[in-house]
Amino acid sequence: MAGYKPVVIQAYPVLGEKITQDTVYWNNYKTPVQIKEFGAVSKVDFSPQPPYNYAVTASSRIHIYGRYSQEPIKTFSRFKDTAYCATFRQDGRLLVAGSEDGGIQLFDISGRAPLRQFEGHTKAVHTVDFTADKYHVVSGADDYTVKLWDIPNSKEILTFKEHSDYVRCGCASKLNPDLFVTGSYDHTVKMFDARTNQSVISVEHGQPVESVLLFPSGGLLVSAGGRYVKVWDMLKGGQLLVSLKNHHKTVTCLCLSSSGQRLLSGSLDRKVKVYSTTSYKVVHSFDYAASILSLALAHEDETIVVGMTNGILSVKHRKSEAKKDSLPRRRRPAYRTFIKGKNYMKQQDDILINRPSKKHLELYDRDLKNFRISKALDRVLEPDCAIKTPEITVSIIKELNRRGVLANALAGRDEKEISRVLNFLIRNLSQPRFAPVLINAAEIIIDIYLPVIGQSPVVDKKFLLLQGLVEKEIDYQRELLETLGMMDMLFATMTRKESTSLLQHNTSDGFLENKKIES
Amino acid sequence: MVEVESLRVVRCGGSELNFRRAVFSADSKYVFCVSGDFIKVYSTATEECVHILQGHRNLVTGIQLNPKNHLQLYSCSFDGMIKLWDYIDGILIKTFIVGCKLHALFTLACAEDSVFVIINKEKPDVFQLVSVKLPKSSSQEIEAKELSFVLDYINQSPKCIAFGNEGEYVAAVRDFYLSVYFFKKKTTSRFTLSSSRNKKHAKNNFTCVACHPKENCIATGHGDGKIRLWRNFDDEKKYTYTCLHWHHDLVMDLAFSVTGSSLLSGGRESVLVEWREAAEKNKEFLPRLGATIEHISVSPAGDLFCTSHSDNKMIIIHRNLEASAVIQGLVKDRNIFTGLMIDPRTKALVLNGKPGHLQFYSLQSDKQLYNLDITQQEYINDYGLIQIELTKAAFGCYGNWLATVEQRQEKETELELQMKLWTYNKKTQGFVLNTKVNMPHEDHITALCFCNAEKSENPTLVTTSKDGHFKVWILTDDSDIYKKAVGWTCDFVGSYHKYQATNCCFSEDGSLLAVSFEEIVTIWDSETWELKCTFCQRAGKIRHLCFGRLTCSKYLLGATENGILCCWNLLSCALEWSAKLNVRVMEPDPNSENIAAISQSSMGSDLFVFRPSEPRPLYIQKNISREEVQWGVFVPRDVPESFTSEAYQWLNRSQFYFLTKSQSLLTFSTQSPEEKLTPTSKQLLAEETLPTTPFYFILGKHRQQQQDDKLNEALKNELVQLPLTENIPAISELLLCLSLDVGYLFW
Repeated sequence: MAGYKPVVIQAYPVLGEKITQDTVYWNNYKTPVQIKEFGAVSKVDFSPQPPYNYAVTASSRIHIYGRYSQEPIKTFSRFKDTAYCATFRQDGRLLVAGSEDGGIQLFDISGRAPLRQFEGHTKAVHTVDFTADKYHVVSGADDYTVKLWDIPNSKEILTFKEHSDYVRCGCASKLNPDLFVTGSYDHTVKMFDARTNQSVISVEHGQPVESVLLFPSGGLLVSAGGRYVKVWDMLKGGQLLVSLKNHHKTVTCLCLSSSGQRLLSGSLDRKVKVYSTTSYKVVHSFDYAASILSLALAHEDETIVVGMTNGILSVKHRKSEAKKDSLPRRRRPAYRTFIKGKNYMKQQDDILINRPSKKHLELYDRDLKNFRISKALDRVLEPDCAIKTPEITVSIIKELNRRGVLANALAGRDEKEISRVLNFLIRNLSQPRFAPVLINAAEIIIDIYLPVIGQSPVVDKKFLLLQGLVEKEIDYQRELLETLGMMDMLFATMTRKESTSLLQHNTSDGFLENKKIES
Repeated sequence: MVEVESLRVVRCGGSELNFRRAVFSADSKYVFCVSGDFIKVYSTATEECVHILQGHRNLVTGIQLNPKNHLQLYSCSFDGMIKLWDYIDGILIKTFIVGCKLHALFTLACAEDSVFVIINKEKPDVFQLVSVKLPKSSSQEIEAKELSFVLDYINQSPKCIAFGNEGEYVAAVRDFYLSVYFFKKKTTSRFTLSSSRNKKHAKNNFTCVACHPKENCIATGHGDGKIRLWRNFDDEKKYTYTCLHWHHDLVMDLAFSVTGSSLLSGGRESVLVEWREAAEKNKEFLPRLGATIEHISVSPAGDLFCTSHSDNKMIIIHRNLEASAVIQGLVKDRNIFTGLMIDPRTKALVLNGKPGHLQFYSLQSDKQLYNLDITQQEYINDYGLIQIELTKAAFGCYGNWLATVEQRQEKETELELQMKLWTYNKKTQGFVLNTKVNMPHEDHITALCFCNAEKSENPTLVTTSKDGHFKVWILTDDSDIYKKAVGWTCDFVGSYHKYQATNCCFSEDGSLLAVSFEEIVTIWDSETWELKCTFCQRAGKIRHLCFGRLTCSKYLLGATENGILCCWNLLSCALEWSAKLNVRVMEPDPNSENIAAISQSSMGSDLFVFRPSEPRPLYIQKNISREEVQWGVFVPRDVPESFTSEAYQWLNRSQFYFLTKSQSLLTFSTQSPEEKLTPTSKQLLAEETLPTTPFYFILGKHRQQQQDDKLNEALKNELVQLPLTENIPAISELLLCLSLDVGYLFW
């Protein structure tokens, strides 16, 4: 009564990385564009406004790159010493940067010379940022101080001297113009309020803090330092939410994806890790050639820019969504066909019976359903299927064997067709998961084509190849058995006088019983 | 409460529905079929069994409608009696005693007060068709000894006899002969197939015959799949035949439609073929009927067909070749590897069903509830093919989990083994595949069992195998941030001196696991999987192993192949007692301490019920069956019985069912079977038969009201809450089958 049951394709566990929606999303980038800078790239920042240019701070220069440009479209080079932390204002028109000599310079994007210079720090300024009201700049320097500057009259408004070591990172709140956070090498992250002259919250990170990040809502704070990335709940007064230790070396930079669902961290161990911000599990990771110092994501995650210690800037663009060419529209049934019966309300005693959905059968299944066995085998031996999805081919061979018609399906083939079968066998015979099925198929082929051997040099060569393969496999097995024997002996000496033998591990990784293939 | 009668072994349903052709009532509302000693009356619309006609004392072998009164039914049986029934009320009207074994029954409209039966005289292989005159008399039991001989040397199967053209002639086939007897001329003509005369192994022997109802035309089916249509057979020289060939295997049955315009045939291909106008080109198919078609019958009204299948199933088919109803009994044509199990949810009996399926069979209603497809593979029916066998199954965690093992072994070295774990989905009311394990062991799996302790939070499964290992599988959390999932993984592998592991059993509280390795029983701690102790009696390999329950939970029982039953005390780690008993089946009762053991001797099978605490049995029933008993199971009763007699107290809370080698399902009962029939089904029948005439509208309404009142009272007492019929897989599958539109060729 039931319909045709399609062949069950044996699913094998995929080795390596699991394919998830995240791996698909984060792998959907083109090969990176490499740009060589003059020194280590310490900061990359995207303009929040279109066309989403980005500022790259390396050595004593700041380069502004366009989205797809390989060459800088603008350069700020009025620094006597190393520049740090070039950051765009929210409107994308001003840029601020600190420098090794303790000065802070404010540039207009269209201009070349600095608009303002803030003097007051005595040592290198490693972090600067605009506050949410756009008219102030926050800076932190190696002289342990954090200063708040007024842009219009370039005056220092406040100085906080609460840190006891270099202040290396900072971040201003996007919502409240008076709040900002700084991280320091004294292992603390402090949140300052411009209205109170002192820090309001201080959290202990435990390592010199290299990077801090406030969530757009301001409720969560992420700090990176040492090998740890820690997430703090600011609304609970700086309670540690989660501590992540997924890098081998110091984490240097943090970044949020545009949706806010994923957190990215770059590290000196040359990896960028992507975390889910709900479970804080690593969902993806990228590898780079050198230690990573800076990391930025463009609007809508269109571009990933990573700056490294060797001065290489790696730019990855998202693959453009392939627009499918819409086929010429066929004439569809009229609208009323689709709405027929749709507005019928189900009564209480009615039993809803859905129209059975039409089962789509694969082409090989259609052949098998109609007992076209050779055709089905031909279809799965097409290079397209046999190379990409050998498990389908093997499953069909197994099914034919179960039906008792494998010999019929393999018989009566010409030189080209038989060499296609042999190619498949040569490629997959030694795989333990396919071996039991394919050895059987190989035996049948040899039985069928033994009388005509020597007629075709192509096929003869294939048979010889197959023979070599089997001999090699037998050698491997012998070696494996020898190793196993040695291991058994070792285990036997280790477990002395145990009344029972417990087997805790499986050593059965496919003992193929091999057959001599006489050609 | 219950009168103490002697306990006796009774057959409990599950008998063959496909033994003979089904017969339709004149209005096509009911279909009758023989079922063991009974005749069952099914409604064609609802598939419900509305009556069981019982009275024969042996296998019923034939049923026919009374041609003079179509509300009556004749039946014949091996007990030598012909009975006349009123099937509407289920009443026996008359019994005619013939005396000898009756193999088949035929009635003819033109043959006044006589019926035709097949009997065998003297030799066991010689069968005769005789007509029996049924004397008119008012008494209930009448002797009918007036037999007149019609045809000799015929086949015993009623498929090989057919009456044609309103009773002008009768055609019979056997081996390579077709014989036709003309009633008017009183002559017999014989035809043989010319080609078959000399060949020794010719395959074109006759298998069945059917006669055209209006014309002089006989259709015969043959072993090579051909159908021959014979005409002009009144002349022994001028006869002609034409050939219809589609079947590739033997034709199992043939039937002409009422008008004779089309011929139906079926065979091992499980495809019903309709030949229109007796032409080779004009044929229609109804494929995928599931199993070999054994019989085909046509309703007198001509609107329905019925096919009986080898998997104990009848399908009611509309004139336009659409299956409309399926009556499915217990599937019995396969070996039972899984044994008998009880689904804890539905209390249904679970065992092997169709190839690769597990069937859920309701013992109360003698009906198959549904089939669970385990192998999920297209079943190829071909002789000599090695099929995948479903060898083991077990329920766990109150029916939440089901574990199955299937295997296929083509050669010695090529074993395909698969273990599947199914979870019960409350929403769809069915089992859904959760985990599939390829090659869970390197050799045959000999036993598997779940830990069914109440407190266990983590489901645990143990499998034992001939490869010398037992494996412990546990349910683990397999969820990640994208989805929630659970799956089964291997937790522990244990072995004992490379002996084959043969049995496993968890103690009632789940704290201990007993695994038998050939002659040795090992006890493992289920927390740490440490070996606690071993028992060895040197009395042969352990065949059965089970822990005592409730107050006897400190005992472990083992039955060995050398016929020793041992009981060990787990507290003292010593043998408590042992008895010499060749135990075939040992089953613990889930509701009490009792254990039932069935022993096999040359005389037959004996039942012993005992408690592990004392070696003296509570109850012994000798000779419960002449055959070997293969499996047994305790089924918990919904309503406990209250046997006061001490010997029957073991039946108070559970009922014991067992299956013999010939696959008859038997149980113990003190009641007479008539009490089983519920009053509601009788009501239903009475209501359905009332015709809607104007007179009915005047009088019937009043009567109906009275009936309704009665019915309501009856219903109040036994209100049954039915689950919502939506989304139940069995139902939706059925509906799907009905709505399937099949019009293309498969075979």
